[in-house]
Amino acid sequence: MIIYLIKRLLEMIPTIIGITLISFFIIHLAPGKPTDVLTELNPKITPEAREKLEKYYGLDKPVIVQYGIWIKRIVKLDFGESFSTDKRAVWEKIKERVLITIILNVLSMVLIFAIAIPIGISSATHQYSLYDKVTTIIVFIGFAIPTFWLALLLMILFGVYLDWLPVSGLKSLTYENMSTGGKAWDIISHLILPVFLGAFGGLAGLSRYMRSNMLEVIRADYITTARAKGLSEWYVVYKHALRNAILPIITIMGLSVPGIIGGSVIFESVFAIPGMGQLFYMSVMTRDYPLIMGILTIGALLTLAGNLIADISYALADPRIRVR
Amino acid sequence: MKTIFWKRFKKNHLAVLGGIIVFFLFLIAILAPVVSPHDPNSIDVKNILEPPSIKHPFGTDDLGRDILSRIIWGSRISLAVGFVAVGIATVIGIILGAVSGYYGSWIDSVIMRFVDIMLSIPTFFLLLAVIAFLEPSIWNIMIVIGLTSWMGVARLVRAEFLSVKEREFVLAARTVGANDIRIIFNHILPNSIAPVLVSTVLGIAGAILVESALSFLGIGIQPPTASWGNILTTGKDNIEIAWWLSVFPGLAILVTVLAYNLLGEGIRDSIDPRLKV
Repeated sequence: MIIYLIKRLLEMIPTIIGITLISFFIIHLAPGKPTDVLTELNPKITPEAREKLEKYYGLDKPVIVQYGIWIKRIVKLDFGESFSTDKRAVWEKIKERVLITIILNVLSMVLIFAIAIPIGISSATHQYSLYDKVTTIIVFIGFAIPTFWLALLLMILFGVYLDWLPVSGLKSLTYENMSTGGKAWDIISHLILPVFLGAFGGLAGLSRYMRSNMLEVIRADYITTARAKGLSEWYVVYKHALRNAILPIITIMGLSVPGIIGGSVIFESVFAIPGMGQLFYMSVMTRDYPLIMGILTIGALLTLAGNLIADISYALADPRIRVR
Repeated sequence: MKTIFWKRFKKNHLAVLGGIIVFFLFLIAILAPVVSPHDPNSIDVKNILEPPSIKHPFGTDDLGRDILSRIIWGSRISLAVGFVAVGIATVIGIILGAVSGYYGSWIDSVIMRFVDIMLSIPTFFLLLAVIAFLEPSIWNIMIVIGLTSWMGVARLVRAEFLSVKEREFVLAARTVGANDIRIIFNHILPNSIAPVLVSTVLGIAGAILVESALSFLGIGIQPPTASWGNILTTGKDNIEIAWWLSVFPGLAILVTVLAYNLLGEGIRDSIDPRLKV
C-alpha cells in the first residue's frame, strides 16, 4: 500500500508541473505584457501599481526565468497582492474562503452518493419496470437542465412563493440573536438549496453509471453462485453485487471533482455564498489578475487532491489495485 | 450498413423526436427575422416587465423588449456557439488522438499526460480565467469553449486508432506505400469516425450549456445581443416580480439540450447497439 501511495504521489509531479505551465501560459496569453492588459481594462491601476507588478513578475527577464520566479513564489503559496482596493495578499483572501467551498463540495458529494447509488441499484434490479423507465426519463432531463436555471426556479418556488428557505448567503441578518438550535437550523436552511444544486449535476450521471455497472455485475457467474447457495436476494444484491459494482464509481467520483469545484462558481454567485467560487467570479469581473491565477492554481491542486483521495479509496477497496 | 442504421434509428422514437426538434431549431434560427413577432432589441418603456399576454406570449423584460423574440434570436447564438466550439474541439481531438494512437510510444505518453492535466483543471475556472484576459466576444467564447473541451474526443479517437491500426487493411495500405498522413486520414479515420460523430452531437449540447452559463454570469455574450443565458440574468435580477423572465429561456435551453442528447444517444445506439448503456 505504501509503495502504491509513493508511486501515485510521484505520478502527480509531472501533472503539477503541467498545471503550473498552463496557468503561466494563460498569464502570457494576452498580447503584450500582462500589465498592459490590466491598465487597458482597468484604468484605475496607478503607474506605481503597474511598475510593482512588472517587477513582481520579473517581466524584464526571459520567459524561462519568469516561470522560475513564479514557481518559487507559488511553492510558498505566495500569489502576490490582490488588485482590489484592500490590497490584501491573495493567499489570505483564498484561505478564509476555501474551507466554505470544500465543505459545500463535500456535502454535495455525500448527497450524490446517498441518492444516486440507491437509485442506480434499484433501477438495475428492476430493469425495464415502470420505476426504471421513470428514473431513466428523469435522468435524461437531469442531464439537459442547466443547473443555474434550476437554481433560479427553486429560488422562485421555495424562496419567493412558498417563502420556506432563504436564498442568499450562509446566515440570516438576525443570526447573532438566535438560540443555538436556531443558529444551526439557520445555517442548514441556507445550505439546503446550494448543496442540492451542487449535487444535482452529478446525480444524473452517477445513477446512470451505477445502473449499468450493476446490470453488468448482476449477470456475473458469482452472483448466480450466490443465488444458487440460497442466499437471500437482498444479501446477493447488497453484499455480493454492490461491492463489485461500486468500484468504478469511486473513479468516477474522482473524475467529477473538477466539475463540482468549477460549478461552485455558479452556485456561490447565484446564492451569494462567500466561498472560493464567488471570489473567483468577482476576481474575473474586476480582472483581479493575481487573484485569478491564485484561485486557478489552488482549484487545480484541490482537484488533484480529490483524485488522489479517490485513488486511495479505490486501492483500499480493491486489493488488486495495490499490487499493480 | 447505412440501411441498417436507418432501420434501427427509425425504431427509436425518442431519437427521431430529438432529430425533428433539432431540425426545427435550425429553421427557427435561420428564419429568425421572419418568425420573431417583434424586434428583439426594440425598447418599449411603457411596457416593461409585462407578464405573458397575446401581444407578448412570453412577456417583456426590464426594458420592455419582447422575450419570445429575444429567445428566437438567442437560438442563433446558441447554435453558432455549439457548432463552432464543438468543431474546434473535434478537430483538435481528432488530430491529437490520431497522432497519439497511431504513433504510440513517447508521443502517446506526452499527449495523454497533457490530456490528464487539462482534465484536472476545473474547466469552468479555466474558461473564466482565459475569458478574463480576452474580451468576452462571441468568437472568443467559441474558441475558449472549443479549446477546453477536446479531451474526450482525443481519448476516444486514440482508443479507436489503437485497435483499427492493427487491422489488415492498414498493413495493406502500408505495403503499397501509403504515407502516414494518408493512412491516418484516408484509411484509419473513416473507420473510427462513428463514435466521434456521437460525441460531436452530445458535445453541441454541452457547449450550449456552457455558453448559457457564461452568459448568465455576465462573462459570455454581452447585452444587448440576446442569448438565452443573458436573458436569465435579467430573470435573476427580477426574480421576485417576473417569473416569466426565468422560466422561458431556461425551457429553451432544456429542450434544445435534451433534443441533441436524444439525437446523439439515438445515433450511438443505431451505429452499434452493443454500446447501449
